Amino acid sequence: MTAFVTGIGVMAPNGLGTAEYWTATLGGRSGIRPVTRFDASGYPARLAGEVPGFVAEERLPSRLLPQTDHMTRLALVAADLALEDAAVDPAGIRDYDMGVSTAASSGGFEFGQRQLQNLWSKGSTHVSGYQSFAWFYAVNAGQISIRNGMRGPSSVMVSDEAGGLDAIAQARRRIRGGTPLMLAGGVDGSICPWGWAAQLAGGRLARSDQPDRAYLPFDPRACGHVPGEGGAILVVEDGPTAVRRGARVYGEIAGYAATFDPPPGSARPSALRRAIELALTDAGLVPADIGVVFADAAAVPELDRVEAAAISAVFGPLGVPVTAPKTMTGRLYCGAGALDVAAALLAIRDGAIPPTVNVTPMDGYELDLVTGQARQAPIRAALVLARGHGGFNSAVVVRDEKGNLDD
Amino acid sequence: MTEQEFTAADLRRVLRQAAGDVTDLDGDILDVDFGDLGYDSLALMETASTVQRERGVRLDESALTEAVTPRTLLELINRQITAASGA
Repeated sequence: MTAFVTGIGVMAPNGLGTAEYWTATLGGRSGIRPVTRFDASGYPARLAGEVPGFVAEERLPSRLLPQTDHMTRLALVAADLALEDAAVDPAGIRDYDMGVSTAASSGGFEFGQRQLQNLWSKGSTHVSGYQSFAWFYAVNAGQISIRNGMRGPSSVMVSDEAGGLDAIAQARRRIRGGTPLMLAGGVDGSICPWGWAAQLAGGRLARSDQPDRAYLPFDPRACGHVPGEGGAILVVEDGPTAVRRGARVYGEIAGYAATFDPPPGSARPSALRRAIELALTDAGLVPADIGVVFADAAAVPELDRVEAAAISAVFGPLGVPVTAPKTMTGRLYCGAGALDVAAALLAIRDGAIPPTVNVTPMDGYELDLVTGQARQAPIRAALVLARGHGGFNSAVVVRDEKGNLDD
Repeated sequence: MTEQEFTAADLRRVLRQAAGDVTDLDGDILDVDFGDLGYDSLALMETASTVQRERGVRLDESALTEAVTPRTLLELINRQITAASGA
């Protein structure tokens, strides 16, 4: 059964809402700035991508505010935007015919930090009962399903940055299993002292104060990444349902694969290349069918080298346009894969590849990295890559709704 | 003896703070089920926990489940306040 994307809801540091995000992204406008969500001046990393102009009180019912972390609020609104974009009213659909599949890297850390502070400074009676779920990885799937009355299969994927793609693949699996409509993707973020400490401990945060010098994947100056908040939620529907209601279709989730890297020190190579090849096979496509690759773009030299090598091995040196619009948002963890899938679908729609900003790619990588400005090109299919800390590799292939590259 | 009574206005304030606003909260709600107002059991636990902190009274969970309307919850809270001050 075909899984079509019929709605997109975006919460990105360079644009709230799909139109704003996509205009900024094609225009090369970055949302990376000094952190404002807390005072980061005493920390070794001080830049982030924060979603601009988001006022939860204007977009969500008051009842949800005491029980939600900031990133859950972003996710709930992303889901609203996706449903609106798809012209789907969940109230008119049988509740068990709709499910939610999200991914999370950390859960509601800002909320959790506040409760921990209450616990040790004021005592246990000051800890909110909502802490029982508000910090939790699965909270976004739960809150989205409750808000929209979606009682079909719901789940959360926890595979670090690969999770956004894994959640979309999970939605396709559920659609094949007979659920007509899924909300799928990831909205993530923990720009708070607790989240910051955890990310700093990971050792991959860029320490630059210059927004145009901090996150430079595939560049000889690569020095780690800038974290961000946000992501995307997609409406995914099975083919017959989408066609029957005359839905506007962005494209098809055509292929997917996930692999796991060998342990550190192993002589075996990274399994990223195999993920790419398996996803292409799953989609029934060959490398020449792919018009653009959205890279994971770790900006850690060793990881960049592995990713560039995997892309070159499958597509040939300089064999396919590659881009990383996340250079304008920072890495959104589980939000990243979902946002890149949204960008890939919009690139197919508009025949335009958004640029990778601020980067001058290393010659040795042999990547045709789209830098400087957007590149016009007809695209029938796109490959999206995401890699999670600890060895997760995921690849998703999306293609235009014709679903037939031979016509 | 009558320690500061916990009033309907107090309850509205605490509900808003602990569990968020609902439509009609300012209306004639004393005998409306909390569920119909839009407050679930967790919202009531949050509310009870705020009242306990403010007034230093204990509201045990089984008593709380029987307080299905604002009026019965107010009665429960005020009984506890009276008992605590009388002790």
